[in-house]
Amino acid sequence: MATAYTPGLRVTRRMRYRARRVLPIAGDVLVGAGDKVASQDVVARTELPGDATPINLANQLSLTPADVPGCLLKQEGERVEAGEILARTKGIFGMFKGEYVSKVAGVIESASQVTGQVIIRGEPIPVEVRAFVTGQVIEAMPGEGVVVEADVSFVQGIFGIGGEAFGPIVMACEDPSQEFAPELVHEEMQGAVVIGGARMPGETIRRAIDVGAAAVVSGGMDDADLKEVLGYDLGVAITGTEEIGLTVIITEGFGEIAMARQTFALLSSRAGAAASVNGATQIRAGVLRPEIVIPLVGEAAEPEEDVPTATHGGGVLEEGTLVRIIRDPYFGMIGTVAGLPSEPQVLGSGSKARVLEVACESGEKLTVPRANVEIIGG
Amino acid sequence: MNATNPDQINVILATDCGSTTTKAILIEKIDGHYRQTYRGEAPTTVEQPVADVTAGVINAATEVGELAGRRLVDEQGQLIRPVKPAGEGQPAEGCDIYISTSSAGGGLQMLVTGVVREMTAASAKRAALGAGAIVMDVIASNDRRKPHEQIQRIRELRPDMILMSGGTDGGTVEHVVRIAELIAPAKPQPRFGSGYRMPLIYAGNKEAAGLVREVFDDTVELSVVDNIRPVLERENLGPARDRIHDLFLEHVMAHAPGYDKLIAWTDAPIMPTPGAVGDILQQIAKARGINVVGVDIGGATTDVFSVFDGADGNPVFNRTVSANLGMSYSISNVCAETGMPNVLRWVHFDMDERELRNRVKNKMIRPTTIPQTLEALVFEQAVAREALRLAYIQHREFATTLKGVQQQRTVGDTFSQQKGGQSIVDNMKLDLLVASGGVLSHAPRMEQTAAMLIDAFEPEGVTELAKDSIFMMPHLGVLASVHPQAALEVFERDCLIYLGTCVAAKGRAKAGKNCFRYEISGEPINERGEMACGEIRRFPLSIEETAQIVIEPARGFDVGGGPGKRIEREVRGGEVGLILDARGRPLELPEDRDNCRSRVERWSRDLRLYSE
Repeated sequence: MATAYTPGLRVTRRMRYRARRVLPIAGDVLVGAGDKVASQDVVARTELPGDATPINLANQLSLTPADVPGCLLKQEGERVEAGEILARTKGIFGMFKGEYVSKVAGVIESASQVTGQVIIRGEPIPVEVRAFVTGQVIEAMPGEGVVVEADVSFVQGIFGIGGEAFGPIVMACEDPSQEFAPELVHEEMQGAVVIGGARMPGETIRRAIDVGAAAVVSGGMDDADLKEVLGYDLGVAITGTEEIGLTVIITEGFGEIAMARQTFALLSSRAGAAASVNGATQIRAGVLRPEIVIPLVGEAAEPEEDVPTATHGGGVLEEGTLVRIIRDPYFGMIGTVAGLPSEPQVLGSGSKARVLEVACESGEKLTVPRANVEIIGG
Repeated sequence: MNATNPDQINVILATDCGSTTTKAILIEKIDGHYRQTYRGEAPTTVEQPVADVTAGVINAATEVGELAGRRLVDEQGQLIRPVKPAGEGQPAEGCDIYISTSSAGGGLQMLVTGVVREMTAASAKRAALGAGAIVMDVIASNDRRKPHEQIQRIRELRPDMILMSGGTDGGTVEHVVRIAELIAPAKPQPRFGSGYRMPLIYAGNKEAAGLVREVFDDTVELSVVDNIRPVLERENLGPARDRIHDLFLEHVMAHAPGYDKLIAWTDAPIMPTPGAVGDILQQIAKARGINVVGVDIGGATTDVFSVFDGADGNPVFNRTVSANLGMSYSISNVCAETGMPNVLRWVHFDMDERELRNRVKNKMIRPTTIPQTLEALVFEQAVAREALRLAYIQHREFATTLKGVQQQRTVGDTFSQQKGGQSIVDNMKLDLLVASGGVLSHAPRMEQTAAMLIDAFEPEGVTELAKDSIFMMPHLGVLASVHPQAALEVFERDCLIYLGTCVAAKGRAKAGKNCFRYEISGEPINERGEMACGEIRRFPLSIEETAQIVIEPARGFDVGGGPGKRIEREVRGGEVGLILDARGRPLELPEDRDNCRSRVERWSRDLRLYSE
C-alpha cells in the first residue's frame, strides 16, 4: 500500500535556501553567477509595455473611420505629448477645423480605418527584482533572473498578508503562550520584524503600523481582527499584494493559539539578525506559505555539507513523530504519535476514517483523524 | 491513438487526472454488460520532483491492476494493450482501450469576449463553459468598463486561450474589430509556457474575420471558426467548442509536464474533466428523455450542469462554474457571500460566532482536514447548503433563453408575455438531480446527502435524487465519445447511487395547515395520510423497489399537475427512500433564531439525519 504523506510546516535552524528570482517578462540580469548580493540589491530589471489608451477619434471628431488616418498630425510610431494636438480635420473650405488634443503622452501604436480608433502606448513600466535574501548567486539565467543561495534559519508560517519585507528580528513576547498585546510594541521597533507569542489582536497590528515595523509574527489571530485590519472579509487564501503598511504572519492558525515552542525558541535565538520575510500565501495546488528567512552569519555560516534544501516540511507519520492537531475539538494541541491503527475508525461525526493516537504534552492521549495533523519541524 | 471496433472492446482503463489525485477505474464486459469493477488512485504528478503526469497514471493503474488481479502495466512502465488472454497458469493482462480526462494545473482557463454582454458574449461564455473551461472574465462593449480599463484587465489575466465572438453574420463589423483592438494592444500572455503564442479563437461575424486577422500580430495564434451566433435566434456553439478542445490538447496540455506522452497513450482525445461530466449528463438526458441537473461541489469551486428543454423543445445544455464557492479553499468566501446567519439557520444547536469564524479560516488555510465531531459535520453541511444554493442561483440566472431575439406576439399573448432571457431551469420540470463532490459523496449518511440537495436546490413536484458513487462521471463522459453504450450502461448500473425520490409541493401557507394528501401503494408500503405545511417525512423504499403515489394538493399548492391538481405517478426508491416535502416553495426558514432552530431540529429528526 502506498505510504501517505502528511503535510507540515518547515521550521529549521539551518537549511540551504534557494531563492529563484525571475522577471515577469524577459529583461536584463544585473549580476552573475558567483556574485555576492544583499537582500535588497536589485538583481534583474525590465520594462513592461506601458498602458495602452484607446481614443476613438472618429467619434471625437465626427469623422468616418476611414478618414481618421488622414487627419492624424503624427503617424504610427511617433510620439505625442499630453496637451499636444493629435489630429485635425480638414474642415469645410479650410474653415471650421476640428482638433483633438491628446490627454495622454506616448507613442502612437495603431490607427484603425475600420473603427476610427487610435491606440497610444504610454511610458514603459519599470520592473525590478531584488535578491530577497543575502547570499550568493549560484545561477544566472540570461534575460530571465537568478537563483540566490544562502544557508539560513527558516520558519514557514501558516498564513500571512503583505509582501516582502526586511528588518532585524526583535522579540516582543517572553513566552510563546503570552498574548501579543499592543503595549508590547515600542517605538524602537521601527523597521523590525517583531516576534510575538500567542494571539495577536488587531490593536497590536495597528500599533505596529504606527511605529513603522516591517513585519509582525505571532502564533494566531482572530478572523474578526483580520477583517478589521484588511477592511474586508478575505474570501480565499491568495495573499501577498495587500498594502496595509507592514507584513503580517501567523505561524499556527486562527484563534487563541500559542506559537509552537520550537518556532519561538528558534526565532528568539536569532534575535538581532537581519531577516527577509514574505507574507504571500496561496493555498491551491502548488501551495505557497509565508516565510521568515534569516541568513546565518559569521562562524555559523561556515560551509557544511549535506545541508537540506527542502522549503516544505511534512513527511511520513511514524510513532514518535512530533505533530500538531489542526482541527477542532483539539485544535492547536501538540504531541507525539503514539499509535497508528491500520483499520479505519468511526469518528464522532459518523464518518469512517484512518486515525492516529497522539500523546500530548499535557499527558492526555487523543485519537484523531490522520488528515487532522501536521508534522512539526523537519 | 488506436482505432478500435466498439464490439471488440471488453476491458477499458479510464483515468481522471485531477489537481491532487489521479483516479483510475476499470470497466469490464461481464455477461454481455459493461460494469465498473475496480478503482484505484494515486497522487497526481505534475509538479516537482516528478513533473510527469504519466507517473501518477501508472501508479493509479498499478493499484487498479493489483486489486483486479490483472496486470495493466508492464515492466517498462507502459500500459499493456490490447488484452492478452489468460494462458496456462497466467491470468489475462492489459486493457483494450485507455482514455483520460484532466483538470490538473487548475483546468482550462479562458477569457471570452463579445460585442453585447447579454447576446454574443453570453453565447461565447456558454461555449467556453460547455467545453469545460473556467471563464476568467467576459469583455464586451457594454460591460460598463472604459476601454483602457478593459485593456488593463486583459493584461492582468493570464488565460490559457481567448474566445472572441461578436456580431451576427452580415451584422456589425466595426464593433467586432473594436474588441480586437482592445485585445491586441494588451498583448495577453499565456498562463504556461512563455515560448508559445496565445491561442485565440475567432467565432464572430464571418465578414469581420479578415479585418480581425489584420489587427493581430504574430503574438497570438488566431484560428477562425463558424460564428457562435450566426443569427440572433440561434446559437452555434459546436465549432467553437470543438476548437477549444483541439487547442486544449495542442497547447495547454502539450505544455503541461508529461502530457505529450499521455496524449500519445490515450485512445480518445483527453477532455477537460468538467466537459466530460457535461457530456455524460447530456447523454443520459437524451437516452431517458428527461431534464437533469448535476452538481459537483469541490474545495475551490462548484460546477452546476443542466439539461432542460429549451424554447423550441430541444434539450439545451448549460454549465456554470461558481469560481469561489467551495468547501475548503473557498469556504470563507461562502460564509462571506451568504453571511454567517444564513449558514447558521441550518444548524440546530447554538454555536459561538467568533469561534466559528476562526474555524472557517482554519479550514481555509488547512483545506485537507475533515470534521471529527458531529458539531463540525453539521456546520460543514450547513455551509454546503449555502454554497450549493448560491451556485444554483447563479446557474439559473445564466441558463436562459437567448436574449435579443425578436418575438412575434398576438393579442392572446397579452397576459403571458415571455421576455427573452428567461431561465430555462424549471424545478417543477426537473426529473433527476445528481450530486457529486466530497461533502455530498462522503457524507456519513445518505439521508444527509438527500437533505442537502433538497434544501439547496428546492426541487418541486417529483424529482429523483442520486449521487455519483465514486466520481466516475468524467471517465464516462470521455468513454461516451468512443463507446456510448458502455458509458450509459455503467452510468446506470455502477455510477449512480439512487437516493430515492422527493415529492415537494410548490406554494406557501401557514405552518400546520393542510398541504397535500398522499396515498402510497406498493409491495413494501401501503400508506395514506396528510402532510401539514412545514412537515417533511421519509418513507423507506429500497433501491430495487418502486411505488405508486397519488398526491392531492390543497388549494394553492402544486406538485406538478398544476395548482390544486391531483397527480398519480410511479416513483423509484433508493438508499434513502421516498421523501414527502410539505415545507413549501420557496423554502423559507423562520427568522426568529429559536423558532428556526427547533424547526431545523424537527426536520433533522424526521429525516433521521444524525444519530443523536
